[in-house]
Amino acid sequence: MKNICFCFQMHAPYRMKRYRFFDIGADHYYYEDMQSEDQVQYLASTSYLPLCQTLQEMIRLSRGKFHCAFAISGEMLEMFEQFAPEMIDALKALAATKCVEFITLPYAYSLASQYDTNEFTAQVKQHADKLNELFGQKSTTLANTEMLFDDEFALLAQKLGYKTCMTEGSKHLLSWKSPNYVYLAAAAPKVKLLLRNATVSDSLSFLFSDSSWPGYPMDAEKFTQQIVDLPKEEDVVNIWLGAETFGIRQQAATGIFEFLKAIPYYALEKEIGFLTPSEAGKKPAVDSLAVPFPNTWCGEAKDLSPFAGNDLQQEALSKLYAVAERVRLCQDKNLKRDWLHLQVADNFLYMNHINAGNTHYESAYDAFINYMNILSDFLQRVEEQYPTTIENEELNGLLKTINNQNQEIEELQEEIKKLRARKKA
Amino acid sequence: MKALMFGWEFPPHILGGLGTASYGLTRGMAQQEDMHITFVIPKPWGDEDQSFLRIIGANSIPVVWKDVDYNYVRQRMEGRMSPEEFYNFRNGIHYDFTRIGTDDLGCIGFSGRYPDNLLEEIGNYEAVASVLAHSLDFDIIHSHDWLTYPAGVFAKHISGKPLVIHVHATDFDRSRGNVNPTVFSIEKRGMEEADHIMCVSNLTRNTVIEKYGIPAYKVSTVHNAVEPLPNPEEFVKHPRKDKLVTFLGRITMQKGPEFFVEAAARVLAKTDGVRFVMAGSGDKMQEMIDLVAKRGIADKFHFPGFMRGKQVQEMLCESDVYIMPSVSEPFGISPLEAMQVGCPSIISHQSGCAEILTHAIKTDYWDIDAMADAIYAIVKYPAMYKSLSELGKEEVNNIRWYDAGLKVRRIYDGVINHTL
Repeated sequence: MKNICFCFQMHAPYRMKRYRFFDIGADHYYYEDMQSEDQVQYLASTSYLPLCQTLQEMIRLSRGKFHCAFAISGEMLEMFEQFAPEMIDALKALAATKCVEFITLPYAYSLASQYDTNEFTAQVKQHADKLNELFGQKSTTLANTEMLFDDEFALLAQKLGYKTCMTEGSKHLLSWKSPNYVYLAAAAPKVKLLLRNATVSDSLSFLFSDSSWPGYPMDAEKFTQQIVDLPKEEDVVNIWLGAETFGIRQQAATGIFEFLKAIPYYALEKEIGFLTPSEAGKKPAVDSLAVPFPNTWCGEAKDLSPFAGNDLQQEALSKLYAVAERVRLCQDKNLKRDWLHLQVADNFLYMNHINAGNTHYESAYDAFINYMNILSDFLQRVEEQYPTTIENEELNGLLKTINNQNQEIEELQEEIKKLRARKKA
Repeated sequence: MKALMFGWEFPPHILGGLGTASYGLTRGMAQQEDMHITFVIPKPWGDEDQSFLRIIGANSIPVVWKDVDYNYVRQRMEGRMSPEEFYNFRNGIHYDFTRIGTDDLGCIGFSGRYPDNLLEEIGNYEAVASVLAHSLDFDIIHSHDWLTYPAGVFAKHISGKPLVIHVHATDFDRSRGNVNPTVFSIEKRGMEEADHIMCVSNLTRNTVIEKYGIPAYKVSTVHNAVEPLPNPEEFVKHPRKDKLVTFLGRITMQKGPEFFVEAAARVLAKTDGVRFVMAGSGDKMQEMIDLVAKRGIADKFHFPGFMRGKQVQEMLCESDVYIMPSVSEPFGISPLEAMQVGCPSIISHQSGCAEILTHAIKTDYWDIDAMADAIYAIVKYPAMYKSLSELGKEEVNNIRWYDAGLKVRRIYDGVINHTL
């Protein structure tokens, strides 16, 4: 029996405001909330909400046979809470059907796995907690920012107890192999690996309404038939899409929502099932895959170069992660929040000279200037809390002493209380 | 293809960007094998590079018929042209220009500069063009900038050959909108008479279409390029304590020097270890010195005066930032020259060269905050300097006059075959 595993990704960064160098040290608020709100409202109203409604409908009509997954970054969830709470309700309603899985991601949609594994671990935990708090779920699937995956990541996932990972089924990784099987991560044999079927996924994202595409016009019957026509043994087709494919990249008028809605009917007729990634991960693996170099779903090269390929990006990333340990030591809530926002991968994509995604900056240099000014202010604040003259270990020791002192004081006070009570008696 | 070009300047004796552009363009075009260029300028100095084109001095062309002896002509024209050529040109005199003051050979003396009686020189140049149009063989006429439009138009009327004009600047750029009506009318007539108009940027093209009312199909953009440095290894940046931010050019209203001073004041209010240089001279210099004093940054702001030749490249090479906040710059070749020696450039959106540069910082000329921010970023964030310097150099080295020449050639062909 063949199966489709649908994953919808939702992510948008907080919009940084124009921050000039003379604001450094004077202004510690880095965000343009109006524009963030606009952006989130736009995403929610034209794409995400109609998508959730369609999925809800699909689950109802298929009597719970339609399953799918969401990959929603922590940043995005926070923005939903702040600017579009109706999204949280819609997602909660989906979670209540028990047909939907919420995949764990690094909270800030960051590149932390490449620069600071402690930070990465912390963010995964933070995201898992957030999902649990909102949807009462604990996913056993872990995906990384931009589907980034390599052997080290597999080890991390195994260490954190995740059973399934997802990444792009890129050509250089698979060569002649098919993405439509469950694999094992060679470096971490407890971790199953699901591979995104790029051809099928991208045909929906980019070609659906393209009349010059041979597959045009695509309908649900044709779509399910092409899955039936796959070689007999290939049993899981993983379709990972940016959720904005529905309603924005392919506008509602193209019929994308109706197309999606019709899929379960034809699929079930042709005996195609639906799985969440965790369910798919329970299937036996056919082979193991070694991934020595970072594999992502972006660009032509399917690597990290769009985010960390040029001098600007590398300088920004190395300056940022140089203070990771210090920031983790500190307790300041605002600082911690800014720390997460500064790590969002989009910040670095904007510094790409060739393709900066949907950037609002005039150029890569413009993006770099703004980011570095903000980062400079942030670094100053970290420095104020914990001067660099003190080594990390020493600082750690001092912090421990302070914490212990608190404990000791409490104990002593307790004793005083007891003694006083005894004296009175 | 034989082109008759009318210009006003040609290196090495140049007064502005027009000469540099004329040289680069003709040199790039001369790389096409069947291209023969005759370049007319008012007054050659004799040391021009004639290896790839023929230069004719308007001051050696007789416009009034004088009965002169063969040997006398040979003696007078020594090194400029042969008596046969002289007589050939003399046969091209078809009109009576005796009203113009000429010398004993019937030639006009030109200053070759931008004198007070510029309009008179333009008229005289027109007279020379009539003689050339009657005596030379060519397929197309190409006029560089408004000074030579009347000459081109006259030559077109006489010969019936098509005329293209090359707009290196308009009076709107030079005057921030307060145009001189005489200049405007000369420009407008040239544009109307021309079979096709080439502009050095889309910015200029828009001016030509909107301000001069020329139909858009007649106007194309041919971006300028930059001559490769013959000796790039000669320019090495010396380590120094303070970072240098340089403005280099005529200190006039058009170049927006006051915005540079204001940006400098903003940077200096917050940062140490940066010095600012305003090289060049011009009618706004005194005002700028006053402004610098008023902002209290005179200890970090320097005016080294006018620079020429190699001094310019050395200054650029030693700089950490080159800035050109022009209010209206048809093209602006100097940021490209700065980038050639690895100096990051900040340019205004109102500069034509912004259209073809990726690895330069672009701001609006009035946006001093953005300008100050960019200066700060380049001197404070090493990756910024490195990227702009390395990628900028690479980018500029790929902007070639040869390609610009090919574009011009396509326009020539189109005009001649009526396919444009």
